[in-house]
Amino acid sequence: MEGFGVVSAFWVLSAVAVVSALGIIVSRNLLHAVLWLILTFVALAGLFITLTADFVAVAQVLVYAGAVGVLVVFAIMLTPSSARTNAETRFFGPGLLVAAAFSTVLAYVALATDWPVVARDAFQTTAQEIGSLLVTRYVLAFELASLVLIVAMVGAIVLVRGGRTVPEEQVEAAAPAESEPEQRQEQTTAVQVH
Amino acid sequence: MRVTLEHYLVVSALLFGLGLWIALAKRNAIIILMGVELMLNAVNLALIAFSRFAAMPGGRPPLAGHVFVIFVITVAAAEAAVALALAVAVYRNRATVDIDQINLLKL
Amino acid sequence: MMVLARWWDLRSLANPVHALLDWLRDRFPDWVAYVVSGLIGAAAIGLFLGVAMLLLIWVERRVIARIQIRQGPNRTGPAGILQPVADAIKLMQKEALTPFAGDKWVFWLAPVLLFVPTVLTMGVMPFGEGMVVADLNVGVLFIVAVGSTVPLVIFMAGWASNNKYSLLGAMRTIAMVLSYELPAVISLLSVVVLVGSMQLGEIIRFQREHFVWNVFLLPLPFLIYVTASLAEIGRSPYDIAEAESEIVAGYHTEYSGMKFGLFYAVELANALILGGIFAILFFGGWWTFGLDRIIPGWLLFLVKMLLGYWLFVWARGTVPRLRIDQALKFSWQFLIPIGLLNVLLVALEVAIWAETDAPGVILLPFAVVNWLGAAGLVVGYVRLLRLEGVQAPRPVLLTDQIGIVTRVTGPVGAGAAGD
Repeated sequence: MEGFGVVSAFWVLSAVAVVSALGIIVSRNLLHAVLWLILTFVALAGLFITLTADFVAVAQVLVYAGAVGVLVVFAIMLTPSSARTNAETRFFGPGLLVAAAFSTVLAYVALATDWPVVARDAFQTTAQEIGSLLVTRYVLAFELASLVLIVAMVGAIVLVRGGRTVPEEQVEAAAPAESEPEQRQEQTTAVQVH
Repeated sequence: MRVTLEHYLVVSALLFGLGLWIALAKRNAIIILMGVELMLNAVNLALIAFSRFAAMPGGRPPLAGHVFVIFVITVAAAEAAVALALAVAVYRNRATVDIDQINLLKL
Repeated sequence: MMVLARWWDLRSLANPVHALLDWLRDRFPDWVAYVVSGLIGAAAIGLFLGVAMLLLIWVERRVIARIQIRQGPNRTGPAGILQPVADAIKLMQKEALTPFAGDKWVFWLAPVLLFVPTVLTMGVMPFGEGMVVADLNVGVLFIVAVGSTVPLVIFMAGWASNNKYSLLGAMRTIAMVLSYELPAVISLLSVVVLVGSMQLGEIIRFQREHFVWNVFLLPLPFLIYVTASLAEIGRSPYDIAEAESEIVAGYHTEYSGMKFGLFYAVELANALILGGIFAILFFGGWWTFGLDRIIPGWLLFLVKMLLGYWLFVWARGTVPRLRIDQALKFSWQFLIPIGLLNVLLVALEVAIWAETDAPGVILLPFAVVNWLGAAGLVVGYVRLLRLEGVQAPRPVLLTDQIGIVTRVTGPVGAGAAGD
């Protein structure tokens, strides 16, 4: 990992990722926080590319920046505009202490451990190899992941649509009777224009 | 200068700490979800760094880290969908997504 | 191999560039060549897009005018060739308004960010043999991924305008773009499964090796991808959100001056880039059955790009605009099932090919099966959904609505009653 391009890319992208994560915390507006989050995702995709993980980087942009970002934005649109502030709870200080302590411990462990580093060449064709691993060695997890996705999709739809109460059913029963004269009017107006 | 495994792990720890702070200290349920996503992303970075630099234990192929990350991305996306649907459903019942006010099971 | 070691051989434009970079590498440290190669790539893309956008505005307006049996711009310069220049000057001297209570930074950022996927896509497209900025191993997926950031940018534009109609138009456009991403990816999946690689150079090499264009092997994915990509870039017949005859212009209502010019130019540039992607994936890229030995491959590729763009302009001038619910319904209920069945068919064929280890000529029966399968799927699915005969008039009796009993035919059918 010595090339000029890769080293400078690592430092720039790490700085962008950390500053964007800080931006989520600091920004006053909820939608600005979402945009900082998406910038963090893109910076992380860049870091994956410096690690020559091209397939995972592209998947990160596609799923996180493209899909999860839009999902969060839509969810924010469905909640009230009065709740769109980025306020903190009373655990602001203690949360900072806990998070700082946790990341310090993690960083210390990372720096102090003697990792079994292997001098490996950069990955060339990750997509094909990941594909073959997914259907040979990790096929069970692959099938279970597809099951998880189906369940999540159906569950999300049920949660957002569900909970029809009785008065609504009565309203729906009354609706077809209401639309019949409308249909006849549509036909007559259509014919009159004709 | 060289960029080694420890560099990536420190960045990952930093991002994880920031995600943890967001999840602990914010009021809006959706921002808390964003903190959780950030934590998962930090973990993904650590996994890919290990896959690139370190020897895989137990004779696993070196791309096992990538496969693991694909699954983490999948499950995180599914979890984001369900969590946001929950947030919207909670808003419909309580008219707020402020977690300080959704602290009673009684409606 | 086409690439000769002589730097002046312009049949492949990579020759001068490689000669320059080798010269630099001999004299200067490594990073100079690295930075210069990046700059050359960026300059080439920027120059190409700039010239292309100016040309395309003229092409679009003239061709649409001829389709609509009128002249088109013919005042500014001979045959109106300076019309894009006039448009650019007009847009630049307009007042660039920013909404009062909108979000200034996001408002400014949205048109800039909309340009990013176009430029990035151009970076992975091979214009000729060896003439590509970065022939990624995951090229096709890269194009899909950068295209998937477009809904977010559209949302930024719609929300920062602080205008409920802009937001509504942006939400509609996002729903449409997301719905059509699935058929686009599914049809690209068919191509990738057949070729066995996501690398765009590899796809061209596959077509060259088997002496065939992918469109002859995979007609249905081509058609699905044309339709889906028309919707992805928000062009007619899917321009419900920002069409010129709509009352509000959707997510770019509040944009004026050069910001609006950027939206317009990006739409055209996207159409051209998609023409290029059609050319690479389905029409052999720069390879044209050996013709590229005489005429430079990159010229042929440019011709194919322009033909793809002309297809888009033709669709715009001919097909009427779809309503948003019609567009979404078409994607979810028609394109996705057909696309999935087609992927199944292609995967079956590739499995047969791999298992029997047959020579390349097995692609001929595969092509026949694919064409028959495409026709059968489309016709069968239309029959299944009972979509045909929607516009067939049926007789209607006017009764006591107006007091006369008459037999008339009305344009009512399954489609009219709030379907």
